[in-house]
Amino acid sequence: MAPIKPRISVEYAENATIVILTDERILEEKDIQALQESIMSVIEQVEQINLILDFRNVRALSSAVLGLLIRVSKKIYERDGQLRLCNINSRIYEIFKITRLTKIFDIYKDRESAIEGLPAED
Amino acid sequence: MASRAPITRTVAVPSKPPAIVGVCRRILSEIEAYGFDQEDLFAVHLAIEEAFINAIKHGNKMDANKEVKIDYSVNPDKIEIFMTDLGDGFDPNSVPDPRRGENLYKTEGRGLLLMRSYMDVIEFNNQGNRVRMVRYKEKPRLTETHRKA
Repeated sequence: MAPIKPRISVEYAENATIVILTDERILEEKDIQALQESIMSVIEQVEQINLILDFRNVRALSSAVLGLLIRVSKKIYERDGQLRLCNINSRIYEIFKITRLTKIFDIYKDRESAIEGLPAED
Repeated sequence: MASRAPITRTVAVPSKPPAIVGVCRRILSEIEAYGFDQEDLFAVHLAIEEAFINAIKHGNKMDANKEVKIDYSVNPDKIEIFMTDLGDGFDPNSVPDPRRGENLYKTEGRGLLLMRSYMDVIEFNNQGNRVRMVRYKEKPRLTETHRKA
């Protein structure tokens, strides 16, 4: 069996949980499923999470990742949490623009601006 | 630099998501050798991945015994890819626009939009089980037919 690669690393700021996507390319369904499970388990650890997804390492993704992000956002909003995305490079940002997902995701330039103004996590 | 001879290849790929990885890598290295830039590589990579997932999921219904046929050619001006699955086909015009209304919140249905956005030509055969994708190195003026394809 192929070894399980790390998909995310998690860091904690005062009012936010920061999930850094560690893979450069997120394309395969199996990888996307593994990524989703990892992120969902982080969300479940906090009642009302302020989750920041950091894309600093991501150089390529498929439309299936966009589906994953929508599932993640639904889960967070059901639990009255907040989701913010940051450090998205210009090529990946173009994908968000083309699909108009810039309308439904809060996208910030960097981690510092994404953290600003978040309420305390419960 | 000596001019390179055009490449034409046919590959049969099993209907398993990881099967496209090696094929894609080879195509990208070939177009890079022809002087296509990183924007082109990103675009072609994305389009191949999306087209392949559509072909194995909606066309071949994830039947590992069925293959997807990829015919491609590369020359100094363009890359042209035909991807054919063994499904009944579909009507590309019946695919809802994922950017509109409630579709924006759906978790699927963006692959075709991305293929159309990143390639200069996307055309389907009448049956709808074969897609033709073209990306030019230098952008020509596209005809109205191409824009609507």
